[in-house]
Amino acid sequence: MQREGQVRIPSGCAISAMISTTGARMTGETIVKSMIPMHDRSNGLGGGFAGYGIYPEYREFYALHVFFDDPSAQYECEKYLKEGYEIVKSESIPIRKIPEITDVPIIWRYFVAPLASVLSRLQLDEHEFVARTVTKINSQFRGAYVFSSGKNMGAFKAVGFPEDVGRFYRLEEYAGYSWTAHGRYPTNTPGWWGGAHPFALLDYSVVHNGEISSYDANRRFIEMFGYRCTLQTDTEVIAYIADYLLRRQGLTLEELASVIAAPFWSELDASESVESSSRAYLRKVFPSLLLTGPFSIVLGFTGGVMALNDRLKLRSMVTASNRDVHYIASEEAAIRAMDPDARNVYSPAGGEPVIIKVEEGAY
Amino acid sequence: MAINYIYPEFDVIRDPNRCITCRICERECSNGVHIYDADRKTLRADETKCVDCQRCVATCPTRALKIVKNTCALRENENWHENSIKEIFKQASSGGVLLSSMGAPNPLAVYWERILLNASQVTNPSIDPLREPMETRVFLGRKPSKITRRPDGTLDTTLAPQLELETPIMFSAMSYGSISYNAHASLARAAQELGIFYNTGEGGLHEDFYQYGAHTIVQVASGRFGVHEDYLNAGAAIEIKMGQGAKPGIGGHLPGAKIVGDVSKTRMIPEGSDAISPAPHHDVYSIEDLRQLVFSLKEATRYQKPVIVKVAAVHNIAAIASGIARSGADIIAIDGYRGGTGAAPTRIRDNVGIPIELALASVDKRLRDEGIRNDVSLVVGGSVRNAADVVKAIALGADACYIATAALIALGCHLCRTCQTGRCNWGIATQRAELVKRLDPDEGRRRLVNLLTAWRYEIMEIMGGMGINSIETLRGNRSMLRGVNMTSKELEILGIAHAGE
Repeated sequence: MQREGQVRIPSGCAISAMISTTGARMTGETIVKSMIPMHDRSNGLGGGFAGYGIYPEYREFYALHVFFDDPSAQYECEKYLKEGYEIVKSESIPIRKIPEITDVPIIWRYFVAPLASVLSRLQLDEHEFVARTVTKINSQFRGAYVFSSGKNMGAFKAVGFPEDVGRFYRLEEYAGYSWTAHGRYPTNTPGWWGGAHPFALLDYSVVHNGEISSYDANRRFIEMFGYRCTLQTDTEVIAYIADYLLRRQGLTLEELASVIAAPFWSELDASESVESSSRAYLRKVFPSLLLTGPFSIVLGFTGGVMALNDRLKLRSMVTASNRDVHYIASEEAAIRAMDPDARNVYSPAGGEPVIIKVEEGAY
Repeated sequence: MAINYIYPEFDVIRDPNRCITCRICERECSNGVHIYDADRKTLRADETKCVDCQRCVATCPTRALKIVKNTCALRENENWHENSIKEIFKQASSGGVLLSSMGAPNPLAVYWERILLNASQVTNPSIDPLREPMETRVFLGRKPSKITRRPDGTLDTTLAPQLELETPIMFSAMSYGSISYNAHASLARAAQELGIFYNTGEGGLHEDFYQYGAHTIVQVASGRFGVHEDYLNAGAAIEIKMGQGAKPGIGGHLPGAKIVGDVSKTRMIPEGSDAISPAPHHDVYSIEDLRQLVFSLKEATRYQKPVIVKVAAVHNIAAIASGIARSGADIIAIDGYRGGTGAAPTRIRDNVGIPIELALASVDKRLRDEGIRNDVSLVVGGSVRNAADVVKAIALGADACYIATAALIALGCHLCRTCQTGRCNWGIATQRAELVKRLDPDEGRRRLVNLLTAWRYEIMEIMGGMGINSIETLRGNRSMLRGVNMTSKELEILGIAHAGE
C-alpha cells in the first residue's frame, strides 16, 4: 500500500470553527464538542484542530509541531534545526493515552527563533526562512513531518475520530481566541497522521471539506514557487496558495477569495466598477489558482478566520454568532453543540468570503 | 512511348444505370479525370489524374460515382512497402525531390489516442453545463510575477497586452497564396463571430481583410512578404514564424504561377516571381537575434500587441522554448510533427520533428521547473483533430490550440493531399478564379462557426464530467489524464500516470 503523499487521496469531511472578536480565550473543549453531532461525516481516519493564541508565553517564537517515526529521524531533524535556529524549548506534546488512538508516533514541539546571522547571510526574512525549513524537512527528511509552524498557534491532529483526537491531545488544557476543527472521511488512505487536517504553514491553517477538481493545475502552478505538495491533498495545496497570495503577493483576504473562488466572467463583464476590474485583473493574472469542484474551507490566521465556499456552493457551510463569539460549521447542529443560543444563522453564498477578525490589539 | 510504372491509385466507378450524362463531373474536375465521349454519348475516366478529392462524388446529382482504392497491387513485402516502391518509380522518372501536402499520413504514434480522460464519481459531483455556468474564456500573454499597488492601495491593473479568446482554439497560419481569398474570408469572418483569431500566414494581409484586424494575427516569416508598418499594426498580435511542424528547418516556396493579381500585391513581390522563404530568418541566427526581432516588432507597434514566436517541435524543444520565453515573447506556438502544409518535401514532412503531445508536455514541464511558465502562454498545433484532443492538450499544459487542417476540412477539404498542384477542386488551396468561387465565404464562415460551436459544447460536456467549470483549472491538470499502451518512459515524458494507477 502506498503511503500518503505517493498517491492522491480525495476525501469528504466535517469542519467547524469558533472565534471571539474580543480576543477572549476559550478552552479547546467547546470546539471538540462541535464534532460529536457530525460524527458520521468522518470515518475515523483523521481528525484535527488548530488553536490560535494558545502559546502567549512563547508568542515571539515559532512553535514547530513535529511527528517522528523513530528516534533516529528526530536526531537527524534536530541536528538540522540547530544549524539555523535557537531552540528555546523542546518537549513532548502532552497526550492522554486512550484506546481509540493507536500507532502513536513521536509527537514533539519546539519553540524556535531563526538565528539572525543565518537570516542575514541568506538574505531572507524569517517567515520565508521558516517556510523553507518546513518544506525541506517535509520533502527531504525521512520519518519527520512538521505539521504546525506558526507563532502563538498550534495544530493538533491524528488518525482517529476528531472528538477522540481532541481528548487525546488534552485540548481542554489549552485556551485560545480562535479554534478550527476537522473530521476526515478519506476514501483510500491507509491513514497517516500527517495527512489529517488542519494543514498548517506558518500561522496559516486550513480545514477543508471537499474534493477540488482543479488540484493538479493548482499544484503544478504553486510548485513553481518553491512549495512541495508532499501529501497530495487538496488542503495542503490550498494552504500553500493562501501563503503565496497573502504573504508573498500581499493580497488581502477578499482578494484571495476572489482568486480561489473567482466570480464568473458573466458577472465581471456586467459591472464597470473599480472592484470588478480589480477582480477581473486578479482572475487574468492567477487563472491557475482558481479552485473548482466542491469545497468549504476555514482559513485560520493570526487574529482571525475566513470561511469560504466554492463558487457553486457544492458543500454545506453555515455561520452564526452570539455576542463576541462567531461560529462556522458544516452543519448547524455542530454550532448548536458549541452554543445552543447562537443566533444569526446564515448560509454564505458560493464564493462569498466570511471574514471574522479579532479587534486590533486584543490578540 | 515510355512505360508508366505507376498504376493509377484509384478506380473511378461509374454506375451506368445511374449516370444521366449531365457532365457535371467533367466541369467539376480541374484535374481532367472525367471526359465526355461525344460519339458514344457517355462519360469515361482517366484515373491517372484522379487524386480522390471526392468533388465529383459530392456533386453528382444521381450518386452514380464512387472513387475507390485500386485493388491492383504490387506483390506484398513487409520491407519494401508499395509506397516506397512507387516513390522510387517517381524519382527515377523525375529526378526530383518528392513533394507532399498536408500532415504526415504515416502511422506514427498519435498520443492523443493513448490518453484517456477522467470523470467525477461519488466523491465530487460532475457539473451539468446546461444548468451551471461553464467557462471557456482564456487570456493569452505574459502575466506579471508580482502584484503591485498604487499609492492609494488599490491594485495596479495594468497588464501586458493579452489575446482574449472565448474558446481556447484559434485558426493557425495559412497564407493568402497557399489558400484562396475565399478561404481567408471564411476564416476571418468566422474568427470575428467566434471571438477568436485567425492567422494571416506569411503572405501578408489583403486590404479587404483589414476590417477583421481585431481578430487577426499577422505573421512575419523569413521571406517577410507583405510586412510593413500598417500590416503589423492591423492585427491583434504578431507572430514570428521560425518554423513549421510539417517542415522544420526548411523554408517555403510558392511557385510564380500562384503569384498573380492580388497575391502579388499583398505579398509585395512582382507577378510571376517565385516567393521563396529562406530556411532561416537571415537576421535571426541566434536567440539574442530573436530577442532583437521581438523588440523591433514591439517598438513598431508601441508595445500594444503580444508577440508570438512559432517554432516546430524538434528534439531540443524544451530548451528552445525556455530561450524564447526569456526573449521577450508573450506567447510560444509549437507546431508538431503531424502538422499540415500546403507543400513540403515528403522526406522532411515524414521524418523531421517530434509529436506535439511530447513536445508540449516537456515544454510545459521545463517552463515550470524554471519558474517562468507564467511569463508566456503556450499554443499548440500539429494535428489537433477534435474537441477531445483540445481537452487533452490543455490538460497537458497548453493555454490554447491552433487548428488548420480541421478548419479546412470544415470548408470542404477532403484531405486528398495534393495542395501543391494548385488545382483544389474545393476552392481552398488554389488561386484559379473559377475554382476559388466554389467556396462561398459566408457558407464557409457558417461551417467554421458550427464546427467550433460544436467543439465548445463537447469541451464543456467533458469539463462538466470532470467537475471542472472553468477551463483555467483544466490547464496543466494532468491528473485528469491517464495513459494506455505506453511505456514508462512515454508516461514519464507526458507526466501522466497509466490507466489503473
